[in-house]
Amino acid sequence: MADRRVTIIGSGPAGLTAALYNARANLKPLLVEGLEAGGQLMLTTMVENWPGFRDGIMGPDLMTEMRVQAERFGTEVMQGNVTKVDLQNRPFTLTFANGKSVTTDALIIATGASARWLEIGSDRRLSGHGVSTCATCDGYFFRGRPIAVVGGGDSAMEEAVYLTRFASKVTVVHRRDTLRASKIMQDKAFANPKIEFIWDSEVADVLDDNKGEVTAIIVRNLKTGHQTKLPLDGVFIAIGHTPNTALFAGQLDLDANGYIRTHSGSKTSVPGVFAAGDVQDHIYRQAITAAGSGCMAAIDAERYVEGLSDHHPGEAALQITS
Amino acid sequence: MASEKVKTFTDNNFDDETSKGVVLVDFWAEWCGPCRRLAPTVDALASEFDGRATVAKLNVDENPHVPGRFAVRGIPTLLLFKEGQLAETIVGLRAKEDIAQMIERHLGD
Repeated sequence: MADRRVTIIGSGPAGLTAALYNARANLKPLLVEGLEAGGQLMLTTMVENWPGFRDGIMGPDLMTEMRVQAERFGTEVMQGNVTKVDLQNRPFTLTFANGKSVTTDALIIATGASARWLEIGSDRRLSGHGVSTCATCDGYFFRGRPIAVVGGGDSAMEEAVYLTRFASKVTVVHRRDTLRASKIMQDKAFANPKIEFIWDSEVADVLDDNKGEVTAIIVRNLKTGHQTKLPLDGVFIAIGHTPNTALFAGQLDLDANGYIRTHSGSKTSVPGVFAAGDVQDHIYRQAITAAGSGCMAAIDAERYVEGLSDHHPGEAALQITS
Repeated sequence: MASEKVKTFTDNNFDDETSKGVVLVDFWAEWCGPCRRLAPTVDALASEFDGRATVAKLNVDENPHVPGRFAVRGIPTLLLFKEGQLAETIVGLRAKEDIAQMIERHLGD
């Protein structure tokens, strides 16, 4: 007998929506929050594309609401991090950082994706000393100072615009000569007098390791190879995300970029293991699509455990809503 | 909300408070989402190390001087001081067990 019928790893919109649905189906799910509890929305300010809030809602507030709603119906939320999973044997076993473990019949993976770094060494070393992947966390430290934002997508433009509240000047460094960001975000960025653009370029290095803080970046033009030194105090990296799937490598079918492959809804290569949200989606990556896929995973998991308990008459009746 | 075992440091009392023993300081602010995530971990560490190590928080909004001195330009950041000397820096989120091990290591020396 497994400790749990359904366990969910991850506490972003996907994980919490899955928990809400499974809790309402009386499955008393366990939800393991993970290190980056609340997911990427915890790093945002106003979310204006979550339906139902005509004036927008603050990302962290939305996540608090989702969590309380999931708990209201019987989700048990556990702080902590899963450090090991065994998906080869049934029930599945999850081991936590404190050494304890839990067994579960069904598993929903909603571990999301984390900000990608430049991977040039110096960016990681100077993290917290001028290099950041979170504008809402660290923008405050750059009042009246020049900074750079690396990237050309929606998040990069959002961060650039947000950072103009603090910085004297924001230079966007982008690998191409056009932005990937949506029209509305591009317009906002182009209209902002504090934002300048350096096109067709990448950050080759962040200085100054010896001083232990950011003093400049070396920008390399990808067309000419020409390098320039740009003195500044901060660098915000917004070049996308990598899925948090290291835990499952070798046990689940992943694509070339490390995303979990799903089929027929939220099913993974292991029956009983389901995936939802950014950990399996590199295309849409929205809060609402993550929540939607979390709902799908919950319904799939519910049907799966119902199939198991057909052999155990007397188990709680399950409602399937579809 | 914070545990009463977590001390509050300011620009004014920082040097005094970190001068002796092993002291872990959490640099944070209200508007920082990840800081809110780390808060329960810091509370738990304060209880776990009660009487052996000091665990404290410093609000960077209200105390701009100390973050500047240690080139803290990102939060959450945890600094660990031993007998007044900066011994460890953790930027961003980390599991409670990892932080506890780090404190233990310095208590053991």
